Amino acid sequence: MHIPDGFLDVKTAVVTSAASLAALKCSMAKVKEQLGERDVPALGVTAAFIFAAQMVNFPVMAGTSGHLLGAALASTLFGPYGASLVLSAVLIVQCLFFQDGGITALGANILNIAVAGPFVANWVYGFVKRWSDQVAVFLSAWVSVIVGALLTSAELALSGTVPMKAVVAPMVLVHAAIGIGEGIITCAAVAYVRNFFRGEMK
Amino acid sequence: MKRWVTVLLLALAIAAFLSPFASSHPDGLERVAEDLNFVQKGEQPAFKLSPMPDYTVGGISDERLSTAVAGVAGTLITLAFAWGWAKWVSGWKEE
Repeated sequence: MHIPDGFLDVKTAVVTSAASLAALKCSMAKVKEQLGERDVPALGVTAAFIFAAQMVNFPVMAGTSGHLLGAALASTLFGPYGASLVLSAVLIVQCLFFQDGGITALGANILNIAVAGPFVANWVYGFVKRWSDQVAVFLSAWVSVIVGALLTSAELALSGTVPMKAVVAPMVLVHAAIGIGEGIITCAAVAYVRNFFRGEMK
Repeated sequence: MKRWVTVLLLALAIAAFLSPFASSHPDGLERVAEDLNFVQKGEQPAFKLSPMPDYTVGGISDERLSTAVAGVAGTLITLAFAWGWAKWVSGWKEE
């Protein structure tokens, strides 16, 4: 759901960029506090993995595809602050090197995918895990995609690109389907990594 | 640390061997933009500076190979960038 150049007006681009910058500044301070030098390789490799996984679009419904965002995955591994740094790195590389997501929409894309995603995922996971860890991982991934779709819809509407009442239902509907893929991949990846690093990571 | 190398190899394998076979259908946002007729607003990038637009490498005519090379390059660039960023942050002085 990377927003390209041209979908957002100046006001929306400025507001979302300012919000993303403030959130990233806070995340970096928390990463400094919570994660140490020894976590650097893990953060780097997770970003590389999410970049690669985001390239693999899977089909959903007729003539539409979706791909992993990785917000819940990164948040489960590193907490929301580390996750927002990892996902921002992915979005910045995609925007600068691959023209995936507009440079004028980078702030909005970071806000939707790298800031809102991990924090919402973290909240949902914390809330649901008392019943089932697997269900919590799946739901946190699904909800993070829906929230991204809602924010994207709001930004498009705020920009006057398309009215909110026209865009919100189709955006949520298609991302409800994409979110199922997000949930399945996130569950598989989390199970693999946890098994793999048993005893090595907290 | 050594175990993360395995995850990196997995990422590189996904980029090289899976990404060329990814679905080329529009994603969720593109689909909605097409259906609601505003997709044309997003067709022009603000700057044409990206060296590998749309995950293709100029000069490689085979589409799948081009995507695979772009994917491997992007995975390594992301690794370096995120690593460097995290390292920089972890070296901040305590206030």
